[in-house]
Amino acid sequence: MSGHPSTYEPKYAATKWIDQRLPIIRMGADFMTFPSPRNLNYWYTFGGILMMCLISQIITGIILAMHYVPHVDLAFDSVQRIRRDVPFGWLLQPMHAVGASMFFLAVYVHMFRGLYYGSYKAPREILWIVGCLIYLIMMATGFLGYTLPWGQMSFWGATVITGFFGAVPVVGESLQQWLLGGYSVDNATLNRFFALHYLLPFVIAGLVGIHVWAVHHVGQNNPIGISTKTKSDTLSFHPYYTVKDGFAMVIFFLIFAFFVFYQPDALGHADNYIQADPLKTPPHIVPEWYFLPFYAILRAVPDKLMGILLMLGAIVVLFVLPWLDTSKVRSNRFRPVARKFFWIFVFFCFILGWCGAETPDDMVFSVGSKMVDGAEVPVGLNFTWLSRIATAYYFAYFLIILPVLGMVEKPLERPESITKAVLGDSAHAAPAE
Amino acid sequence: MSETLQKDKDTIDEGKRDFIYIATGAVAAAGAASLAWPLVAQMGKAADTLAAGSVEINVGNMIEGQQVKVLWRGVPVFVRYRTKAEIAEAENTDIANCPDPQTDAERLRPDNNGNLRPEFLVMVGVCTHFGCIPVGEAGDFDGWYCPCHGSHYDTSGRIRKGPAPKNMTVPEYKYISDTVIKVG
Repeated sequence: MSGHPSTYEPKYAATKWIDQRLPIIRMGADFMTFPSPRNLNYWYTFGGILMMCLISQIITGIILAMHYVPHVDLAFDSVQRIRRDVPFGWLLQPMHAVGASMFFLAVYVHMFRGLYYGSYKAPREILWIVGCLIYLIMMATGFLGYTLPWGQMSFWGATVITGFFGAVPVVGESLQQWLLGGYSVDNATLNRFFALHYLLPFVIAGLVGIHVWAVHHVGQNNPIGISTKTKSDTLSFHPYYTVKDGFAMVIFFLIFAFFVFYQPDALGHADNYIQADPLKTPPHIVPEWYFLPFYAILRAVPDKLMGILLMLGAIVVLFVLPWLDTSKVRSNRFRPVARKFFWIFVFFCFILGWCGAETPDDMVFSVGSKMVDGAEVPVGLNFTWLSRIATAYYFAYFLIILPVLGMVEKPLERPESITKAVLGDSAHAAPAE
Repeated sequence: MSETLQKDKDTIDEGKRDFIYIATGAVAAAGAASLAWPLVAQMGKAADTLAAGSVEINVGNMIEGQQVKVLWRGVPVFVRYRTKAEIAEAENTDIANCPDPQTDAERLRPDNNGNLRPEFLVMVGVCTHFGCIPVGEAGDFDGWYCPCHGSHYDTSGRIRKGPAPKNMTVPEYKYISDTVIKVG
């Protein structure tokens, strides 16, 4: 699995016996001694944090499934029962619901880190693509799970999202009804969403295995993006990075715990405490916060099919990123121009999130008003136009800026090696261990 | 040894082997497809879902300007007793300006005597954008307004402004008496 020579020596008769038959202890030992770049910073701790998030979601999810009833008449009450009556349900249900938000928070940091340090560039293309696939399935899992409490937002979110499939030309309506198992979101839909919500996390776990395999095959990227060359460029994963990852996890789970214990509903929507009503749409439908930027892209276009294609395109473009960025320099530390565009990109991702949460026709700011058909209409920038600007930048960043910059930008001088970058010229004097 | 192999090569009919491979593969593929179909088709509408397909609505007690919502196939059907002004507005619209052109008469069904009854507008109260339920007596065209993404419908339920691509659907329905409409 790993690309470094094994140093594991079984000490006891029993471990020798096992090692000859299934070298599973060796695999674990090699994992722990994996040579990692010596300059990894705290942005590199989110892989481990994400692993913890997945484990936490699977454990709490299986427990919730023991108490949850996937039926339109009972689902809403069963979730309330978990929170009120089931022993420690008050803890486990918010752990799962808040956990979804924390999972996405961590995955976004992890992805932005990969973008900044060029972790998608050769030879890490497949590592990156598998990561994108994990993110895509996470989105599907998050959406399916949000339907299960059967509140108003659950129901109408499911209606809107499954409506995307209805926009497919010719077969759209049949496809949508096939997915729903009926004419509208109903019991058949809830049942299958529950089944798939239970399944997909294990698909994610499998893909995470491949993701970790890939990172162990090509080695981790690092903040200066220079490949490891000598042993002095690396440190053993344990204890150096187990401790560093462990510390980051503690901080991360402190934030997690704050939400679970003090603000379990802050990241959700109040309307989801109203049971689903197919006859009444809430006045303001919004997805969970982690989907808001994509929701804003969807609404930026007045055409239904185009909006959906653009939203899908926003994710598809991530898959082909390794071939869009033409620069050979990985880390933005040595790309002064790309670095500025990167931060503008991050800024516009937040802007998109903001647009997704607001009503399209509301004004961001107004500079007066004019009369149209006898009504006073404010003049200025509304959220539709702000989301159009941000959407344009989102795509321009991947499709124009990164391809062109790689050809015209003059990168800064890079250090010869990680060791030299860390220790300076004294590296020559440092013993090779 | 090599002699035997040489002999085999001479006697093997490659054309016959190709035929056997293709024939075996084709049977296996057909078998796999016939087994896959039930796995896919089970997700479609079940017999009981299809059976619960119609609903009767009594409009005899409705008054002018009133709208009733009836759940049909899991979605609301709007029956609106339109006012004279609303009917006039619906009929006098220049449909050339509509994204999905339809006259008001095309959106109505005749009663048992073959007459249209423009006072009763029957349609599926679902926005054709992403399936939200539009709010009545709202929007720029005095009809319906969808709160989700801002689609405006007129007094005939036609899309006039916003992201929705089509008019609100007129379901299959008929008058089974002077006062009862059967939808589905």
